[in-house]
Parts: sequence; structure tokens; C-alpha cells
Amino acid sequence: MKGGEAIITIRGLDNSFGEQIIHRDLDLDVRRGEILGVVGGSGTGKSVLMRSIIGLQIPEAGDIEVLGENMIGRSEDEAKNIRRRWGILFQNGALFSTLTVAENVEVPIREYFPFLKPPLLDEIASFKIAMSGLPADAGPKYPSELSGGMRKRAGLARALALDPELLFLDEPTAGLDPIGAANFDELIESLQKRLDLTVFLITHDLDTLYEICDRVAVLADQKVIAIGTIAELLAMDHPWIQEYFNGPRGRAAAGSSERREA
Amino acid sequence: MAATEQSSDTEEQGNVFRCTGSLTIARAASTAREIAAAPDPLIIDLSGVERLDTVGAWLIYRSVRDRGAKVRGASREAEKLMEQVAEADKPAKIRPDQRPGMIRMLDEIGQAVYDFGEALYGLLGFFGATLIGFASIVRQPKRFRLNAVVQRFDVVGVRALGIIGLMSFLIGVVIGQQGAVQLQAFGAEIYTINLIGRLTIRELGTLMTAIMVAGRSGSAFAAQLGTMKITEEIDAMRTIGVSPVEALVVPRMLASIIMMPLLAFYAMIMSIAGGGVFCWIALDIPPLTFIQRIREVVPMYDLYVGLIKAPVFGVIIALAGCFQGMQVEGNSEEVGIRTTNAVVQAIFLVIVIDAVFAVFFSSVGWG
Repeated sequence: MKGGEAIITIRGLDNSFGEQIIHRDLDLDVRRGEILGVVGGSGTGKSVLMRSIIGLQIPEAGDIEVLGENMIGRSEDEAKNIRRRWGILFQNGALFSTLTVAENVEVPIREYFPFLKPPLLDEIASFKIAMSGLPADAGPKYPSELSGGMRKRAGLARALALDPELLFLDEPTAGLDPIGAANFDELIESLQKRLDLTVFLITHDLDTLYEICDRVAVLADQKVIAIGTIAELLAMDHPWIQEYFNGPRGRAAAGSSERREA
Repeated sequence: MAATEQSSDTEEQGNVFRCTGSLTIARAASTAREIAAAPDPLIIDLSGVERLDTVGAWLIYRSVRDRGAKVRGASREAEKLMEQVAEADKPAKIRPDQRPGMIRMLDEIGQAVYDFGEALYGLLGFFGATLIGFASIVRQPKRFRLNAVVQRFDVVGVRALGIIGLMSFLIGVVIGQQGAVQLQAFGAEIYTINLIGRLTIRELGTLMTAIMVAGRSGSAFAAQLGTMKITEEIDAMRTIGVSPVEALVVPRMLASIIMMPLLAFYAMIMSIAGGGVFCWIALDIPPLTFIQRIREVVPMYDLYVGLIKAPVFGVIIALAGCFQGMQVEGNSEEVGIRTTNAVVQAIFLVIVIDAVFAVFFSSVGWG
């Protein structure tokens, strides 16, 4: 089985906005080489958790260790060395709208390796674009000319630009049609295997959970209430987990997953 | 990070290029150079490589593809990565096609002329649509949105009082000061009053107000409507059966038309006040004398000239703002471009029309 040492360790994380408490004493471990799905109802702080890990949200208390480095209270320069080793796909791609897809992919490479010659840079951008499953003519297009699915693939190409060890995906299949979503799942799974990625995946897509996630973490009551394989989660009797996986949609996703494996 | 060290020694089969340590993007530039410098036939020995990423794999794959290089000693992971990049070797276009400079220049000129014509044509069409909107409201007064109009009055008019008042007061001071310096040379500083009175009432009061309203409200119109266009609010309005022209454009247009003369008159008064204060302090002309002199030297038709222009400028500002806002399509970046266009177009047209008015009024004898 997968899962050696922890690549992300969170201990005692507290987050709140004014009166509203988002996280209270939250613990979570993400192991190297796994795809961890993070689920939870709306407003349970899935995105806030991701933003805390990647340093966009300063938590009130707690320790966050990523790739063996403590993330709290780091200077921007120190954080840069860690930022190089992860890639992030935001919910709507967050592509730079004034740059073409190829230029978007080149942004992180230029930032960290300014001495690379443009021809090599273009070749790198080209195979990253192909790796993300974009058609060959997508390079010179602007984000506004792309469909939602293609924008996510372009965002993924940018996230993979620096060969990260760790990939954060925020609802990668939200807003995609079922075929596009299934293709995206396959793409993530194959990239994860080939590139030895660890994936932190926020999703609402039950099919994604069944198809590609090694473990699933459930966020509720301001903390991670359970973490494990879907089979392990199903054995628990927390009402939210039961409703989530045994609701009509959960059963449908489980059924289709079994059919595919049979 | 371990160094990549290589030696090109000649063996029977060819030149062996030995990589050790890490072969990653961090060393991509030098590795690419070294591989290019190694002579054919090339054998790449990866047995010493500890870390390989897709960029390193790409460099190896590229020399296999282009130069028929042989790879040996690759680990399981390295092979996996090279398969991955080989699969992704579908040359993607990186840059848009570029044509020769001369043709591109002609193309851009043509496009600019076409765009300019289209903008004017579109503006005319939009003006027509707005008139139809007004007409249908006149026919069915129930559809008049009093609340929306009053709210626009507040935003366009009342909230602009502070900044327009301050600006006009200072303009009055500046005209007085500059005029006095020049006229003192002839001992004619009393004519400073003529200068202040006629200039602000006839021209500057209205013109500066129009520029300020274009910058404040014209841009706001474009940004508001543009954002509503992006969030599909305007489409939603249409499908519900509400005409966006009646609901959004008419109230803004009406507010500009009615507020512009009021603001312009207020600006004139403030400019004269500014000039008066300056004359009192700097030239020792008491306020009473100043006001009496203003009444003597400024003909009534100067005020008419100033006030007749104001609602026309209001139409132009609202038209340009709403038109550009409704043209927004696609992304949020366009809102910025269209907002800029709205202000530039409004100020440009205001000054053009002002010149036309100047010629017109002097030929009808209101010189």
C-alpha cells in the first residue's frame, strides 16, 4: 500500500472569520504518494484549509508542516523554496487573462529559472500542454477563448510546470460535463502515477472520490472527523458520512464504480 | 543538489555522455548545451542519475528523437518519465501566427479605421434605441422608474457637488491670478473681472463640469453595465421581459441631462466666487464692486450659451458610458478597457461639440 511518511502535517489548526469559527483544533496528515480527497458540506472550510496550507490564509493557531518545512511565520524568500515544489489548480483555473495558455505555463518557469533559453522554454510549455490533454492549437489562445474544461486543463498545465511533488486541486471537476469530468479524473490519476505526485483534492464529485482517491478526509464540526478509505468511512456511523455516501447520489456513484471494476 | 558531471569518452559504439546526480529543470540549460556539444553517435548513460524530472526526461527524449541517441542504464522511474514525455510530444503551437511587419501595420490601420466607424455607427444605433426607450416610456408612463432616476440624481448630481465645487472655485482663482498678471502690464487689472465672468460662464463652467461628470459618472455607467453584462444580469433582465434600455439606460440618461445644467450653473457660481475672493484679496476689489462689474460686463446670452450646452453634454456622457458598458463581452479585463473608452469617447465628443457650438453661437450673434 501507499503511504510512507507524511508530506503535509497539520496539528491544532484554528481558523475563524470574526465570530464565525471555521476550524478548531484540526489535525490532518497527507502521506507521500497518495491522492487524498477532502469532502465536507458547504461552509465547512475545505477551501480555507487549502488556503491555510499554501499560505494564503494565516491561521490563528496551529502548526502546518509541508514537505518537512514549517510553514507558519516564514519569510517570503524562505517560502519560495517550498512554493517551487507544489502546484495549485484553483477552482476556475485562475489563469492570467492577459497571457496566452503557453505564456501562462511559462510564468512559473521564468520566475524560478530566468536563464532558460526561449526555444527550450517553448518546448517545455509545449509538452506540458500536451501532457494536460489540451489540443495542439491551444497554446496561443487566451483564457477567454477556452471552454471551462480546457481552462482547467490549462490551469493544470501551469500547476505542473515545475514538476511539483505536491499538487493541490480545488474542485477540479466542478462545472464539467460527466464525460469531461471522467476524462479529467483519468488524467489526474495517470499523471499522479507517472509523475509520483501527492494530490490534495477538494471535491464534491462522488465519482471522483470512488475512482481515484486513495483516502478521503471528511470535514465537519470544525475538524477532520474521519479519514480513511471509502470502505472504512462507510463502516462509521456518523450521520453526515452515512448520508453523504449512502444518499441516492452516493449509491449511484458506488454502483457505477463497481460496474467499471467488474 | 548534486552536480551533474559528464565525460565524453570514445568507446567502440560511440561517445558516452554520462549524467550523474540530478537531471532536472534547475540544470536544464547547461545540460542542453552539453548534450548539443557532444558529437554523434551519442550514447547517454543514466545509471548515475539520482533525480530526474520531466524537463530532464524531455532533453534525453529529444536527443533520442532527433539524433538517434541510445540510452542505457535508465531506472524504472526514468523510463516511466520518458514514456510520459514521449506521449506528450505533440508539438503544440506556442505563439499566434505573425505576418510581415508592413502587412501587419496596414492590417492594424484598416482594423482601427473599421473599429472607429463601427463605434460611431454603434453609438448612433444605441442613441436610436435610447430614443425608442424614451418614446415607449412617454407612451406608457407607468413604466417610468422614478426610484431609479432619483437614485441616479443623487449619484450623478448631489454626490458630485463637493468635488465640482472645489474644482470650480480653484479654476476661478487661477483665471483671476493669471489674468491679473498679464493685464497688470497694461494697468488694466480691472478687466480681470471681465475675463473671469465671461470665461467661466460661457465656456469653462460647463466644459469642466462635463469633463468631471464624464470621469465620475460616465466611467461608473460603463463599469456598472459592463459588470452586469458579464454576470448575465442583463440577459436575465431581457428574458424576464424588462428592457435593459428602459431600466438601465433611460434613468442614467435622464439623470445626466437634468443634472448637467444644474451642476454647470453651480460650477459657474463657484468659479465666480473663487475669482471674487481672489480679486478681493489680491487686487483689493471689494465683493460688491466685483458683483456689480460682473453684471455689467457679462451679457445674459453668455449664460444661455453655457446652459444650452450642458444637457447636450449630458446626453453624450450618458450615451458613451452606457454604450460602452453594453459592449462588454467575455472577461473582466474588457470592463476596464470599455470604461476607459467611455471616458475618452465622452470627453472627445464633448470638446468636438463644444467647438461646433462656439462657431454656431458666434454666427447667430451671441458672440
